[in-house]
Amino acid sequence: MSSDGFTFGRRQLGLLGAGLAATAAGLPAVPDLIPAAKAAPAPGTGPIKVGILHSLSGTMAISEAPLKDVMLMLIAEQNKKGGVMGRPIEPVVVDPASNWPLFAEKARQLLSVDKVAAVFGCWTSVSRKSVLPVFEQLNGILYYPVQYEGQECSRNVFYTGAAPNQQAIPAVDYFMQQLGIKRWILAGTDYVYPRTTNKILEAYLKSKGVPAADIMINYTPFGYSDWQANVAKFKAFGSAGKKTGVISTINGDANVPFYKELGNQGIKATQIPVVAFSVGEQELAGLNTAPLVGQLAAWNYFESVDTPANKEIVAAFKAFTKNDKRVFNDPMEAHYIGFNMWVKAVEKAGTTDHSAVIDAMIGVAHPNLTGDYATMMPNHHLTKPVLLGEVQANGQFNVVWETPGLVVAQPWSPYLPESKNLIGDWLPPMSCGNYDVKAGKCLGKTKA
Amino acid sequence: MSQQRRGGPLGRGFRLCLLLAVLLAGFGWGSRAVAAGDPFAELAATNSDLVAQGVRALAVSGSPRAAPVIAALKSGKLLAWRWPIPNAPLFIRTDAGLVDARTGAPVATPPMPVNLRPVIVSDAVRGAIETASGVLDLMAPDPTIRRHAAEALLQAADPGSLPLIDGALAREKNASVAHVLRDARAAALLKSATAPIPERLAAIQRLAARGDLSARGLLASLHGEPPAVAAAVAAAIKGIDRQLQMWDLVEDVYYGISLGAVLLLAATGLAITFGVMGVINMAHGEMVMIGAYTTFVVQQLIAAFAPALTEFGLLFAIPAAFVVAGALGIVIERCMIRFLYGRPLETLLATWGLSLILQQAVRSLFGPTNQDVSSPDWMSGFVRLGGLTLTVNRLWIILFAGLVLASLMAALRWGGLGRSIRAVTQNRRMAAAMGIRTPWIDALTFGLGSGIAGMAGVALSQIDNVSPNLGQNYIIDSFIVVVVGGVGNLWGTLFGALILGVVDKFVEPLSGAVLGKIIVLVFLILFIQRRPRGLFPLKGRAVEA
Repeated sequence: MSSDGFTFGRRQLGLLGAGLAATAAGLPAVPDLIPAAKAAPAPGTGPIKVGILHSLSGTMAISEAPLKDVMLMLIAEQNKKGGVMGRPIEPVVVDPASNWPLFAEKARQLLSVDKVAAVFGCWTSVSRKSVLPVFEQLNGILYYPVQYEGQECSRNVFYTGAAPNQQAIPAVDYFMQQLGIKRWILAGTDYVYPRTTNKILEAYLKSKGVPAADIMINYTPFGYSDWQANVAKFKAFGSAGKKTGVISTINGDANVPFYKELGNQGIKATQIPVVAFSVGEQELAGLNTAPLVGQLAAWNYFESVDTPANKEIVAAFKAFTKNDKRVFNDPMEAHYIGFNMWVKAVEKAGTTDHSAVIDAMIGVAHPNLTGDYATMMPNHHLTKPVLLGEVQANGQFNVVWETPGLVVAQPWSPYLPESKNLIGDWLPPMSCGNYDVKAGKCLGKTKA
Repeated sequence: MSQQRRGGPLGRGFRLCLLLAVLLAGFGWGSRAVAAGDPFAELAATNSDLVAQGVRALAVSGSPRAAPVIAALKSGKLLAWRWPIPNAPLFIRTDAGLVDARTGAPVATPPMPVNLRPVIVSDAVRGAIETASGVLDLMAPDPTIRRHAAEALLQAADPGSLPLIDGALAREKNASVAHVLRDARAAALLKSATAPIPERLAAIQRLAARGDLSARGLLASLHGEPPAVAAAVAAAIKGIDRQLQMWDLVEDVYYGISLGAVLLLAATGLAITFGVMGVINMAHGEMVMIGAYTTFVVQQLIAAFAPALTEFGLLFAIPAAFVVAGALGIVIERCMIRFLYGRPLETLLATWGLSLILQQAVRSLFGPTNQDVSSPDWMSGFVRLGGLTLTVNRLWIILFAGLVLASLMAALRWGGLGRSIRAVTQNRRMAAAMGIRTPWIDALTFGLGSGIAGMAGVALSQIDNVSPNLGQNYIIDSFIVVVVGGVGNLWGTLFGALILGVVDKFVEPLSGAVLGKIIVLVFLILFIQRRPRGLFPLKGRAVEA
């Protein structure tokens, strides 16, 4: 740490001072530079501010707080390499406290008071929807790292997580082709992501000739624990002589009693397999994984994937947080890719000006941690591999299947009538998030 | 599975027979020289159907290496040469290095990693692994393991495993295992297109008599059968459906009772603190939560100091949770509640604040993530009762809830403390005049209610997540139960809990869990408007007091 502080010091000796003392104490140098930076606010010099908008308290803190840690690590590492355009990056961390309106307030503060160059943040779709108008009004840049339900494509957001066709649809294909599933249970928690995803999946299954009688949709409240009647219902649905599978968009801790009940009622992964879209390494950490072993999850990244780049970053993250038990997961990889792309785009544009960076982002590529390249497409989504992993007793996933190549995102689902003609393309001449290819015109701002 | 069937069940069946004969004759493993009979050779194949066949053959080979090799294959640790070479060497990757799969001996000169590939584990292979583990289990000395293996064979319904089942049946002494094996035999026969029709009809009869969901699933999966079979299948399915419909009703009632038991457990403590003492205790849920965390701590302590007792950790946790939550209750009463008697609004606010403090304290102490409370084996799994599948943990909870309520009632009626509690609540001044230290009884009563909440936490740790928010999920339900049942009446609490549970489970299938909850709440509002004092209101002077 101290030697890196030294290389940094050589670049901007005048700015250091208190910073060196802090690096000696093992702290990241950058935050301590704030007073020095304020002393020299000349444009084009001084640190570049980056906002981190993740809940550090409240119900979402379990999932979101690690993303803050990963951002701090990425920024610290980038600063060791000399920052961006020779300027250090300064993280501005705010806590929207799992409170959706507060997300919008904090976003406004980041953009108009702190004047950050980019914001990395949000987890739930509700929080994204709540900050979206702020980013569009103030022309900010948001990197959104979580898989989501699609049906959105904003100029001011880069969606570094998966669209439905980069997670849900391939998983359903796997069930259909590899496991021979004929009857489908779409089980979800009752909120926007599962509802939209299940709507898309239902339309997709019907387009593949699955009759309505073979699809069962079941919603339960957040934190549901009384699963026995539901699981018995699934079991009865699965006894019609056709192989049955569960596509689970069940969120958060309701999953543990769910899998426990499956185990207690003697339903094994070989009889009624379950694939989950919201169960990852972070969710499994600190849980009794025994009832989940053998069940599937679909993501674009698993910590267990054996590549040098992945091994390196997982080790670096454990060292950075000084905790051997910390895990790395899919949204963290999304931030890793998103942040590195932002760095490349800023260097390409030669400025941190929002519009210039937004234009420069398209076409930027960065290696995935699991191999191959993620490329930012004109629809502001990434190309991604899709992996299916089996839960193991140690809380990690064993990859059992992956898509043969990279999957290009379709933010607008072609299986829903209201969006089947829409595409997003932010390259001129189209420059539109919801271009209707049939009508040949941009729908422009709708209340999305 | 269907692919293998097309591949010729007779041929494979014959081979299985042969291998089984070899095994029974006591030759054991030693057929390696015969390349065609070497199950290990097929594991190195690049065709997943061949690998699946290899797994099956290996399972019945009786080789002592079968179990470790299949386990290695399952976890992706079985490696084969990347291209076909003679003798098809196979290795198991261990932490210490490569091990020869056939002998289990460490490999002195391991090949270059680039030359090796993991053996394919496709869905077909996975199915074979499942059957294979079942086959290995069929030879286990423990009848429960054999029974589970037989159940797995029944589920698999693979005609290829017929010789296996027959072999196992010949050996089986345990009547209940043999019964399941005969069911499994029927399932395999049912799926076998080549078996004689009368035998298959008998198999259908047998499965119809079994009458459960797995039998129905097996029957319904038959397509394109000869008319005689198809008619029998249709009749069997109809019969099963009729039976299941009847069981459905019983099942709903059972689920209702089991939810009622959970509600009862959560509410019993509140029936004391709120029902008997009249304290609106918003921190009641946190007492439940603290009971659950006590369970966690007790389990950790036992795992650290007396691992032999791990299975019975819960039994130690019950008194521990009672003492911890009870003591905390007494402290709370002495330090806070006693200053607020007769001021319900202040009590409500103060105990609500207290609940936030307790939640945050637990969050700071144990971290915001859920804690992992393990379930002992005797609380896992299920038992079949007619057409019902009863999960064991719920049965224990129903029993436990009943026990808690019964002993509490007994203590209140006949116990010394119970007499004092009743005396103080019925006529405080008279009780004081008789020499009862009423403030002390207040503290003990509150402690008793809190302790019971703590014991509820032990039970809830088995079915819900142990997190700082655990109590919040139950506080509203607990109040509803106490109010519906009638404040101050333990019988009312019992009936309130059961009625709420059963109504909830009858409404839920009609409307889904989310809407169901809303409908129940609407019913409640209407009910309380009509019967503001609940189902079993207290009568007499005590009410006016």
